[in-house]
Amino acid sequence: MRFTLFIWRQSNKEEKGRFKKYQVDDISSSMSFLEMLDLLNEQLINKNEDPVTFDHDCREGICGSCSLVINGVAHGPERGTTACQLHMRSFKDGETIHIEPWRAKSFPINKDLSTNRRSFDSIIQSGGFISINSGSVPDANSTPIPKTIADKAMDAAACIGCGACAAACKNSSAMLFVAAKVSQLSSLPQGKAEADKRVLKMISTHDKEGFGSCTNTGACEAVCPKEISIGHIAKLNREFIRAAFKSDLNL
Amino acid sequence: MLWLKRILFSSVGCKLVVALTGLGLVGFLVAHLAGNFLVFVGPEAINDYARQLRKFPLILWILRLGLISIFFIHIAFTIRLTRLNKISNPQKYAVPSRELSSFASRSMILSGLTVLSFVLYHLAHLTFRLTNPLFEQLGEYDVYAMLLISFQNPIIVCFYILSVCLLMVHLSHGISSSFQTFGIKHLKYNKIVENSSIALSIFLALGFSSIPISIFLGLIQ
Repeated sequence: MRFTLFIWRQSNKEEKGRFKKYQVDDISSSMSFLEMLDLLNEQLINKNEDPVTFDHDCREGICGSCSLVINGVAHGPERGTTACQLHMRSFKDGETIHIEPWRAKSFPINKDLSTNRRSFDSIIQSGGFISINSGSVPDANSTPIPKTIADKAMDAAACIGCGACAAACKNSSAMLFVAAKVSQLSSLPQGKAEADKRVLKMISTHDKEGFGSCTNTGACEAVCPKEISIGHIAKLNREFIRAAFKSDLNL
Repeated sequence: MLWLKRILFSSVGCKLVVALTGLGLVGFLVAHLAGNFLVFVGPEAINDYARQLRKFPLILWILRLGLISIFFIHIAFTIRLTRLNKISNPQKYAVPSRELSSFASRSMILSGLTVLSFVLYHLAHLTFRLTNPLFEQLGEYDVYAMLLISFQNPIIVCFYILSVCLLMVHLSHGISSSFQTFGIKHLKYNKIVENSSIALSIFLALGFSSIPISIFLGLIQ
């Protein structure tokens, strides 16, 4: 297969970037999208040109590093798939593909397609954890959790924190990310104790980091590689209202 | 009170205010439409209704002020949200994405602004009676005659219907979206909320446009 690529090139945070056109040939349809970029980079290195910088790590869809907007869609055309798990067979031979980094004020571009997602770390640091001493392994079933609730918490826990939700949102809102963390932890008895504090702190940090607000368009759940539902955002809102008006804590 | 200010001006809090005021405005629309339907009963019914409303100026003005404040709070918080969201998302993608979200949800500002311009015209038209010199010659409360005169004009009829349709688009996302904002969402009643939200929007649009259409077609004389 052969493709015409338009790749966003930007040498540093300050520089104004632009698209650069590349031609790649001899691409196997079984290659992943990132392998296709690897091939391009080999060619660039051989020609003594600057290879394209992009984030990647596990390449099996669980680390949340890869962050490409492919033809305007975060993680590309395949639903419920990270860019690293996307294969070239999802594209037509000879297709023109535009590749851009996540675009949001809170995800500044490091270089080319690589973005700084430290803002997500600060949201997690502000409350996305349980601060109890876990001690040794407890007896099985010592904390009874109904299967339906465990399943719901697991659905939310599938979030890999890639940032596609904020990247796809017209408001650059990271509500789905915050919702996944809040919903996962507050559904379970271990996380309930700090639920109020957690939701207030995480929303406050979310806003401080410069993410926008949710317009319930659902673009986030459409691109989420883990297909996390915006129903979790409703749960986040519910938790927020309860914490704001019923608890003794302030935002 | 600082805590309340912080809550209401947070990203989720702003949405809460917009959702609450939005539902308040939907309530007003339902009451307004119920009053409008009196036009089908006859000239006495609707003129009587208008006269009764104005009989108690104090209550009328308290209601009006409440409505105006809800309206302005709805718009002010929307402006704030839109402004902050623009700052959060300074650069759009070069390739517009295929549609991942509904048209209604993406065009709330556009449909809202059209409805706002309609409301201003509507007030000038029928409340302050500034648009047509003929209205001055009518008796004080002859709503019926005003409607009959106005809706002979196809431009006014079209503008009314267009605005009401955009209102429908606005509400089809707005009503169900406010439930999401309040955190009322569950697989058991998601479909009920979504469908009744769309049904209410369509009912309001059909109801409001039925009056100019009936007059234009001469069904009401």
